[in-house]
Amino acid sequence: MNKPIQCVVLDEDICNGCIHCIKCCPTEAIRVKNQKAVITPERCITCGECIRVCPSHAKKALRDPLEIIDGFKYKVALPHPALYAQFNNLEDKTTVLRALLDYGFDEVFEVAAASETVTEMTRRLISEKKAVLPIISSTCPAVIRLIRLRFPNLIKNISPLYAPREVAASTALLAAMNKTLMPREDIGIILIAPCPGQVASVRVPLGFEKSGIDAVIAISDIFPKMPELMKNADITEAIGTQFSIAGRVGASWGSTGGEAKGILSDNCLSADGIENVIKVLSDLEDERFQNLDFIELTACPGGCVGGMLTVENPYIARVKLAKLRKYLPVSGTRLDDIEINTLFRDGEIEYLPAFNLSDNISESIRLMDELDEILKTLPNLDCGCCGSPTCRAFAEDIVRGGEGKCIYSLIKGT
Amino acid sequence: MILKFDIPGDDFTRAGEASSAIKNKLKQTGFSPEVVRKVSIAVYEAEINSIIHANGGTITLTADEEAIVAVIADTGKGIPDIEAAMREGFTTACDNIRKLGFGAGMGLPNMRKYTDEFDIQSKVGKGTTVTMKIYNKQE
Repeated sequence: MNKPIQCVVLDEDICNGCIHCIKCCPTEAIRVKNQKAVITPERCITCGECIRVCPSHAKKALRDPLEIIDGFKYKVALPHPALYAQFNNLEDKTTVLRALLDYGFDEVFEVAAASETVTEMTRRLISEKKAVLPIISSTCPAVIRLIRLRFPNLIKNISPLYAPREVAASTALLAAMNKTLMPREDIGIILIAPCPGQVASVRVPLGFEKSGIDAVIAISDIFPKMPELMKNADITEAIGTQFSIAGRVGASWGSTGGEAKGILSDNCLSADGIENVIKVLSDLEDERFQNLDFIELTACPGGCVGGMLTVENPYIARVKLAKLRKYLPVSGTRLDDIEINTLFRDGEIEYLPAFNLSDNISESIRLMDELDEILKTLPNLDCGCCGSPTCRAFAEDIVRGGEGKCIYSLIKGT
Repeated sequence: MILKFDIPGDDFTRAGEASSAIKNKLKQTGFSPEVVRKVSIAVYEAEINSIIHANGGTITLTADEEAIVAVIADTGKGIPDIEAAMREGFTTACDNIRKLGFGAGMGLPNMRKYTDEFDIQSKVGKGTTVTMKIYNKQE
């Protein structure tokens, strides 16, 4: 059983109890109680929407501080491809990778390189019909948590493969241990991530037992250190070490559509933005799509470049990524170089019925009737003033035993 | 639990609203994902049918711990030959509707396929009523 998780750090002193976050949460996981936002952890899918909309910045995206890398003797950076899209006039991603070494990492291994391995394996699963089609990408942690919470019928469609960041972690660890002969605990596998969802997926994994990643730092935290290092980066030496291995396929994973493009099938669907993702999953659940092979879904608008821990506008980042990709080889990695079994997740994803009114169906039906009766007495303005996102959510909170008053009804004296 | 919906007859873009609302409520009530899926697909097909052929209608859904029963009724032109209408691929939808991707002749067969009990009553010129029952406990 996975523990409930949150990817959000809430500063209660700054939270002024406004209603922005409760209104935007796609799973209605937040309420305002006593003028402070309260998150129900088991409903949180770590999409980060509440962080995005908070006008007073009371919510921060969870991640590890940069200093965490000092705790490891041998430091391996796993940069997410969204990192490459943050810089102006970048012609060669080798510059970014070199700068990471100069920052203090002993080794870099691109997540984009592992993306290519995952892409190739996914293609094989589709052509050999070894997975339930359409395969839903396992990459976006928020999407996976959304599916297990709201779309249990689609759990079987989630890719049996690890997300590229985990594949990168195991590949990089193996290489580092072979190279240094150091014990596991001396080696730090550090993901440079675009979103707090990835932080959460490392701390409380879903669909696998344990993450191979030791710490997750933010693209936005390391970003300010980079320009100076990149200016001085000597890439003539770096080229020799061949660490810029990912090609166009891997680098494309940074923004929407990139992942599906590598599948090389006409029957791929890509959608981004959590509300759009919900629409796609809902229609998919009702079997309204036919003959799809692969579905790429990301909670953030624009894909990973739209993550809460990035800096650049996601749509500009996308242009930058496209430019950078142009002169890369198609793919830099080969599936033959890897033990295929290690690509498959070692755990199941289970339905989390956190929305059920009760464990018992008759009791649930009774509560649902009660809920509908309460709803009839409410103004249905969905103003959020009571602290619940909608009048329906308010009625639901009441039948679940919560307390509260409809502010509108109080003012109107009804 | 009794849920009632009107199906607007003139608006394709709103097709699926009722089945979607039903799906969400049933999920929250704790019916198994498989039961909810069947109800949702069957009701959606019925919803589409009443829009295409009968200018809308009504849905009445009752749910208890034993079963879910959905009754979709319209006052449209009715079905002259029900046996023919139940055959896969049989359709009377016009070309325009078919171009939109509807009217493939799978609606009624799918409703029967996804439900445990299926009944259809129709009178030409009076309308059609479909009654579908799905048991909570599936073998």
